[in-house]
Amino acid sequence: MASNENNWPLWEIFIQSKRGLEHKHVGSVHAADAQMAIENARDVYTRRQEGQSIWVVPAAAISASQPEDAAMLFDPADDKTYRHPTFYTMPEGAKYI
Amino acid sequence: MTQVKNLEDLFQAKIDADLKIEPKDWMPEKYRKTLVRQISQHAHSEVVGMLPEGNWITRAPNLRRKAILLAKVQDEAGHGLYLYSACETLGVSREQTIDDLLSGKAKYSSIFNYPTLTWADIGAIGWLVDGAAIMNQVMLCRTSYGPYARAMVRICKEESFHQRQGYEIMAVLAKGTPEQKEMAQDALNRWWWPSLMMFGPTDANSPHSAESMRWKIKRQSNDELRQTFIDRTVQQAEVIGLSIPDPKLKWNESTQHYEWGEIDWSEFNNVVAGNGPCNKERLAARNKAHADGAWVREAAIAHAKKKARKEMMAA
Repeated sequence: MASNENNWPLWEIFIQSKRGLEHKHVGSVHAADAQMAIENARDVYTRRQEGQSIWVVPAAAISASQPEDAAMLFDPADDKTYRHPTFYTMPEGAKYI
Repeated sequence: MTQVKNLEDLFQAKIDADLKIEPKDWMPEKYRKTLVRQISQHAHSEVVGMLPEGNWITRAPNLRRKAILLAKVQDEAGHGLYLYSACETLGVSREQTIDDLLSGKAKYSSIFNYPTLTWADIGAIGWLVDGAAIMNQVMLCRTSYGPYARAMVRICKEESFHQRQGYEIMAVLAKGTPEQKEMAQDALNRWWWPSLMMFGPTDANSPHSAESMRWKIKRQSNDELRQTFIDRTVQQAEVIGLSIPDPKLKWNESTQHYEWGEIDWSEFNNVVAGNGPCNKERLAARNKAHADGAWVREAAIAHAKKKARKEMMAA
């Protein structure tokens, strides 16, 4: 990470492709401030009508889980198949359930 | 004034074109207020809804049922959080929203003011209460406010097991000993009418409905949803050999719908007014949980501050 304060900080970019859908992470840009980040993101990520709204978030503001923690975090869901509807046996003939 | 009128026209044009409204869009104040009320009530219902079911976690009949019930109650907590977040996008703080629940100012679904007396009630809640909620929530996946609609899509996906696990409990009990079958029937008897009340007043007596439909917050009326629920559920009861506690229930061949009896609206109004069997108990439980958790919230803030100080000194 360059610590020179003349370097533009990194911004993570989220694009909403269509009204009503969620904003999805698409990548990042460097920019001096939020407004410039939006403009740069517009140029970098929406040249083919990919979006109708942009969120920019300072990359430094994002905390992420560590890859080596993945097992600890996510394995507990592996044996909980009862969280899925297909786990249950429905009586023969029952409809709309 | 004319400017607001134009904004309102533009807003309605967006709605009419089936475009979603997003948090930063202009919206009529009444639209915002209606959503804040509806989404926060919905969130509170998820949270308070954990109480009647939580009552049976320690007494679930076997480990399988216990794990399932835990997973379901966990989901309800998560669904409350999705909805509180959606509510915050409308400019109200989380603290204020929760304070309104704790003070009794905000409402939640009246169904949770009924007690869970037997294990069969857990089956009846999953089958009927979640079944009724899902009818409403499937409709809300297409509601006009973006964050609410997106929360509902997630919730519906996760809830798909809730109704099935409840129906499975009922089916197993109904096939069990005569006592078990009777327990299932008794639960159905007690939960049937309150479940029908979940859809709210009749269309004729629902003053805000027309506006909510015009704004596409709601997309089907209370009576329509209630009728669909009845049509589907009666068949499911027949399959497992239980009977719906409504002597007037009758299939109408020409309308292709069931005709059914009369909801006791005085009971509904009484429970909404705070006089149901468990209103006081539910609110007391939420207040106690909130008060008991105060030290955790304070400790977490103190810890975060201490860590930030240490990191600053190390830098």
